[in-house]
Amino acid sequence: MVTVPTMPTDVLRARHVAEQVPDPELPMLTLADLGVLRGVEITGDGRVVASLTPTYSGCPAMAEMRADVAGRLRAAGFERVEIRTVLDPPWTTDWITAAGRRKLAEHGIAPPGPAPRPAPGPVPLVLAATRRTVACPRCGSADTEETSRFAATSCKALWRCRACREPFEYVKEI
Amino acid sequence: MSDDHVYLSLAEGHDEGGDARWAFGTGFEDPLHGVDTAVPAGVDATELAATCLALGDDALVSAQRLAEWTTRAPELEEEVALANIGLDLLGQARLLYARCGQVDGSGRGEDAYAYLRDADDFRNVRLAELPGGDFAFSIVRLLVLSSWRLAHFERLAASPDPVLSAVAAKGVKELTYHRQYAADWAVRLGDGTPESHRRMRAALHQVGPYLGELFTAYDVRDEVVAVLAQVTEAAGLPMPAWRPTPGAGREGGHTEHLAPLLAELQGVARAHPGAVW
Repeated sequence: MVTVPTMPTDVLRARHVAEQVPDPELPMLTLADLGVLRGVEITGDGRVVASLTPTYSGCPAMAEMRADVAGRLRAAGFERVEIRTVLDPPWTTDWITAAGRRKLAEHGIAPPGPAPRPAPGPVPLVLAATRRTVACPRCGSADTEETSRFAATSCKALWRCRACREPFEYVKEI
Repeated sequence: MSDDHVYLSLAEGHDEGGDARWAFGTGFEDPLHGVDTAVPAGVDATELAATCLALGDDALVSAQRLAEWTTRAPELEEEVALANIGLDLLGQARLLYARCGQVDGSGRGEDAYAYLRDADDFRNVRLAELPGGDFAFSIVRLLVLSSWRLAHFERLAASPDPVLSAVAAKGVKELTYHRQYAADWAVRLGDGTPESHRRMRAALHQVGPYLGELFTAYDVRDEVVAVLAQVTEAAGLPMPAWRPTPGAGREGGHTEHLAPLLAELQGVARAHPGAVW
């Protein structure tokens, strides 16, 4: 086996390139902001290995993300690129960075609160629409309500603000 | 647009990463791409493959039934919700089929399981394949299947197989949302109008004969029964009556409804093997 000494600067550069790739569904976020880029390494034989984790099992954007990361790395001069899928530990909205949360809010999408801890026991049966307080990303009011727990992408719910009357999307905790 | 063909125009400027994202029909990229696929010592590969197949088939058939609500759900929000739930299940099915192909010795890809098997080869429970019919029936079925799957996945998260364990741990988060959605609707409909209550009763009566099939191989019966009891009580509905019935989807014995479902699901893939567009 041929070993190529890797330069730490190459790893940093590869990491920087991969971190800047935008999410295909939430393009205001980078894959690093979203927490789906789990690592970028350079192997002993000079391959760049980037690890990605899916948000939801059925997320149709995974192939797009893989292709984008590989394409950007190749364009940056890394010839041998490998993308690995990491399923464990499963993605959680807690991995969305502080910068990512700020960008979401700036684009009118309410960022998630802390992910729920798995709690065995009875199913929480509450018919009232609102289960948690979500501040309106437009006017900041806490007088908001859920209209649907499912929305245009797997990771979001539909809410509306009763103060400014605007509907908005909300990245639901998982 | 520089080209008359709208799809070619869309594809312009997207060539840096290859064609993986433009795969329609068959030929999707392996959802376990780059995952370590070794089977750990001490894991029975035949048993692991059977588990992945049964859970994959439950998910694929359920996803197909949920997708049938698209354009027909009572409200747009419900259509989006049912389609989202189906998409999660389809994602779980893809991962489980990919794992099955790695460990059952066949080396088949996910498409071979979804598109190239006949009804007799499917191992889903029959409850999953029954026609969607009434919205109330779809809600009751979703409540039963998501409660069972959630309880089972919570156990499988501790599976000695790292891939199945990871798929299950991820699925638990999704299934919690699915069960919550079904439970909320069950209470709303059961405790709603006389008409919605009547339909929920009829739906519970309809699922009764298929419940026993869920609990033959896995020890989650008490937990699922407790969830169903809690939700039906809050909804003012009776628990479904359990009636043992002959036949079992887990052994390939299906109702007459599975073959037409598969005919629709598999039609294009079988008419044009390997087609990609």
